[in-house]
Amino acid sequence: MYELDRVVVLAGGLSAEREVSLRSGDRVRDALAEAGIDAVVADADSDLLTRLRADPPSAVFPVIHGASGEDGAIREVLGLLGAPYVGSVASACQMAFDKPTAKALVAAAGVNTPPSVTLPREAFHDLGAAAVIDLIIARLGLPLYIKPSRGGSALGAGPVRDAAELPSALLSCFAYGDIALIERLVGGTEVTVGVIDLGGGPQALPAVEIVPGDGGYDYAARYTPGKTEFYVPARLPGEVVAQVARIAIAAHTVLGLRDLSRTDLIVDETGTAYFLEVNVSPGMTETSTLPMALQASGHAFGTTCVRLLEQAATRGA
Amino acid sequence: MTPEEQPASQRQRIDPYVGQYAERAVGMVASEIRALFAVAARPEIVSLAGGSPYVSALPLDAVGEMIGRLVASHGDTALQYCTAQGDAGLRERICDVMALEEIRAHPDEIVVTVGSQQALDLLTRIFIDPGDVILAEAPSYVGALGAFASYQARVVHVAMDDDGLIPEALEEAIARTAAAGRRAKFLYTVPNFHNPAGVTLAVARRPRILDICQRAGLLVVEDNPYGLLGFDGGPMRALRADDSDGVVYLGTFSKTFAAGVRVGWAVAPAAIKDKLILAAESAVLCHSSFAQLTVREYLATQPWLEQVKDFRELYRERRDATLSALDTMMPAGCHWTRPAGGFYVWLGLPDGVHAKAMLPRAISSRVAYVPGTGFYADGSGGQYARLCYSLPSPDRIREGIRRLASVIETEIELRDDFGPAPGTR
Repeated sequence: MYELDRVVVLAGGLSAEREVSLRSGDRVRDALAEAGIDAVVADADSDLLTRLRADPPSAVFPVIHGASGEDGAIREVLGLLGAPYVGSVASACQMAFDKPTAKALVAAAGVNTPPSVTLPREAFHDLGAAAVIDLIIARLGLPLYIKPSRGGSALGAGPVRDAAELPSALLSCFAYGDIALIERLVGGTEVTVGVIDLGGGPQALPAVEIVPGDGGYDYAARYTPGKTEFYVPARLPGEVVAQVARIAIAAHTVLGLRDLSRTDLIVDETGTAYFLEVNVSPGMTETSTLPMALQASGHAFGTTCVRLLEQAATRGA
Repeated sequence: MTPEEQPASQRQRIDPYVGQYAERAVGMVASEIRALFAVAARPEIVSLAGGSPYVSALPLDAVGEMIGRLVASHGDTALQYCTAQGDAGLRERICDVMALEEIRAHPDEIVVTVGSQQALDLLTRIFIDPGDVILAEAPSYVGALGAFASYQARVVHVAMDDDGLIPEALEEAIARTAAAGRRAKFLYTVPNFHNPAGVTLAVARRPRILDICQRAGLLVVEDNPYGLLGFDGGPMRALRADDSDGVVYLGTFSKTFAAGVRVGWAVAPAAIKDKLILAAESAVLCHSSFAQLTVREYLATQPWLEQVKDFRELYRERRDATLSALDTMMPAGCHWTRPAGGFYVWLGLPDGVHAKAMLPRAISSRVAYVPGTGFYADGSGGQYARLCYSLPSPDRIREGIRRLASVIETEIELRDDFGPAPGTR
């Protein structure tokens, strides 16, 4: 076993998910401390490379969410530095972080995913927003779910139940990114499935069922303790539980992900599960679902983080 | 673990006290705006958002030595409890500070508070029952609105123009409130170098505002954090100087010395002052003796008026950089105030552009501001943004405004493509 005497938890970054990432970072550091590993939390700033060069880490646990954290950039740099890290390699992150790409690859593996179109802001500008919107509704119908093609925490994302709401939903979406993923909204039970690989291959954790309040699973619902109810395992029939687990494993495998991931899905009233997106750096806050699922499956959070770090250190850069 | 082996489903009680919180805590939730401001604190972002004073301009070595001497010579007092009214020596010094604005006050009339924010909290606590009306400028200081909301006050905004609060609008708001069967408990006003609007109540309007309030039996809460930071001429005569019975004056050392010491004060008519002291006792027992004595020593031993003059010059240069950059870079349809002091420019955006909706793009472009929605109790004001020039250097201000202008141009294009942002029609 490699000695984990210089563990760095990477948290923060410059995306809108910075605050969430900092909370995730603190939680991982504290869990590691409880498991006997001293770790420092470092931000991805202009001092980072100097620090990592001067004191090469035993392993790095990246919990930066959003751009640079999940698009592979930080991991590419860690690779250049020769620093071992927990999680997926940069090329896999690039595919997973881009939601349309991830959807296409997962769908190609035979997984259901809601019909969608992906359009950049310029398409609406150049071709006329009203005409493009008409085409979208003609193709996908209503209701829809709009989200930036890259990013998380439901920032810039939301449902559209009436055609008149679509322009303002696109405005909100384009505030967070220049490409919109416009999906047919599938109603049903929202679940999320963590996948963890502690050396024996990817294993699905118990599905977590998300029951948000009236406002849906928006930013406030995600990060205000008590605003959303979670059920672990999800209150789903056994065959549906097996189905969502298979999809999460399939997404993890098809995209070439490593160590851990979290797949978000919706299960419609017929029991059919649809892949929505996958996260390579899942939230680790007190309201995040992956730690809940770990706990429900008998994995102590801190011990699991230690094992992932040991795995990374053993693997090397 | 296979799905068949899964244990029975359990509801996760992340917060076991949900359902037990007071009604006033309902709105205390995570917000996207706060998340974006967490990014704004990073040095890569030109932050025109937070209203922080440029404390690096203080003679920090001298202040450090002064604090060392304070602990060595008065440690037994500085590190001990004190009275809820505050240190008597500091209150004497505060009288000297207020004399600059022609307020004649006795130290007994003063209550020292944790910044003027606590004075706002205490005043609201002793005056406001849920649903009571407070009149406040439109827009109004976000911290005051937060204090008012925490006591479930109903805020009625009163229009301003470039000369500050409009007397006719105040009369109309008082009448409208009375016609609704309510009585406003007080008028909250920031007459000098307004936060966020950057305007100053014109001299000619001041007696009219006081007269209207006197006739209506309406207490005035005069919040004056920036009064000594005017760029043209000396400090203006305070409202309190002309009506000691009808005006509660709030002051602070946050902008003239250091925000971190958290020392402010209230000067109030005797009956109100007594209640403020009792309310302060129940809130904090007493304020930090150490902070109070630090300010007292600073005023007694350091050239603090010279320092205020330095601050004025520094902020004037930054104000000039801001206005010059706005003049040359902002797209058509924008308009802004031209402050004669203080920290803030109030930027009006082109029709159909919403400052809150635009903020994520601004942060991505590495510039931050405060959307106008924070300065209206009902969350309107999206067509405005507050720009604060106190902290960044003039070069950074110019760069920040260049980035902001580009963001606004993109928003104009989006507005043209998708129609006006909600809340701007």
